[in-house]
Amino acid sequence: MEHLELFFKSVFVDNMVFAYFLGMCSYLAVSKKVSTAVGLGAAVIFVLTVTVPLNWFLDQYILQPGALVWLDGNSDTPELSAYYGYDLGFLSFILFIATIATMVQLVEIVVEKFSPALYNSLGIFLPLIAVNCAILGGSLFMQSREIETALLALNFGFSSGIGFFLAIIAIAAIREKIRYSNVPAPLRGLGITFIITGLMAIGFMSFGGMLTAEDEEEVTEETKTAIDIEEKIEIDNETAQAEVSEVKN
Amino acid sequence: MRLLSKKDSRLILDPLADNNPITIQVLGVCSALAITAQLKPSIVMAISVIFVLGIGNVVISLLRNIIPSKIRIIVQLIIVAALVIMVDQVLKAFAYTLSKELSVFIGLIITNCIIMGRFEAFALGNGPWRSFLDGVGNALGYGVILIIVGFFRELLGSGTLFGFKVLGDSVEKTGLYAIGYENNGFMVLPPMALIVVGIIIWVQRSRNKELIEEH
Repeated sequence: MEHLELFFKSVFVDNMVFAYFLGMCSYLAVSKKVSTAVGLGAAVIFVLTVTVPLNWFLDQYILQPGALVWLDGNSDTPELSAYYGYDLGFLSFILFIATIATMVQLVEIVVEKFSPALYNSLGIFLPLIAVNCAILGGSLFMQSREIETALLALNFGFSSGIGFFLAIIAIAAIREKIRYSNVPAPLRGLGITFIITGLMAIGFMSFGGMLTAEDEEEVTEETKTAIDIEEKIEIDNETAQAEVSEVKN
Repeated sequence: MRLLSKKDSRLILDPLADNNPITIQVLGVCSALAITAQLKPSIVMAISVIFVLGIGNVVISLLRNIIPSKIRIIVQLIIVAALVIMVDQVLKAFAYTLSKELSVFIGLIITNCIIMGRFEAFALGNGPWRSFLDGVGNALGYGVILIIVGFFRELLGSGTLFGFKVLGDSVEKTGLYAIGYENNGFMVLPPMALIVVGIIIWVQRSRNKELIEEH
């Protein structure tokens, strides 16, 4: 259930492109034809699925405050470890991007060696992907949202990739169609793409209400306690007034 | 003697308008749009990018004959990442709430396409001083768009600039609100950033017909 929720949340509610504008550069540059868009989308899914769990392990065992305690075998009693107070969090940017760049290069070499057909369709996009904000963004969001297990991180990477895939295919299809429309000359190309993306993002915002059922319960509980407190104060006031009037009498 | 030769000053001025990184080259849109709901984060982001791109371009330009071309992307990424870590640490130390607000988007300067784009297109083939000017110019062009978008979104969306209520108080109905003006809550939402940029592109291209695309 947890997995299903995370999946829907990353694909629709927190869509990389429409909610956070990540990967916009390649999204705008490579969305002129559906066939190339499919290639880039698939490459992004692939790389995100590999790098997010990898960076999750780096985050858990190197970067978090006190994460290094496993080094001298004190994982169960972290207070005893010599590495207890270490916090390497500031290194996360450099470690994440290094992992991503090397993974992309590695994937490129492996794919070229074992599957030339796949390389021909994906290969040209792989160097583009090392500097795609969606990839680094995936890892940084994984870190800031404190995703708990490696499996959830894998799920998060994969579903974020799917979200990007959906977005880029949708815009590529629309752009293929819009070529036959009568767009005002200054808006042609880039301008209309921006505006359509904005409209699609507004459409995607309607998914925002889908997964908030639990949050709402929490909210009502909070407001309930707030109301309780207010009532209490009122009652206190009333009793105080009553006391005052009694004293007057 | 003039401070900058004519050729050098073009390096700074061109990206501000006719060769703007966001509206013409379509670089660096990624991290730009999500943080422009208000003016202050937009300006902080612009300053951060000016710093990173200016210094980064100089470093790359100094190293351009040493870096093996096969691994240059990794080298470039590491240099940017180091610079961005500096920015991030400074922000955390002196403007903690703002750095929380920008959250992951400071980190995403690393993969901002403007930076890699300028490294590849300019710093790898030019001397340090010219690369510095090019970097600052492009970052300024990026910052200008960010600030324009941030200005309109904050003004129309929440009726404030830098948090000051320039249009009057919306609750007590003073200033413009007294005659029935209302904030457009839509402007605060992320999708409007895209539409505002679309409109900027529209205005720019109708003023300069040469920039119009075929399709």
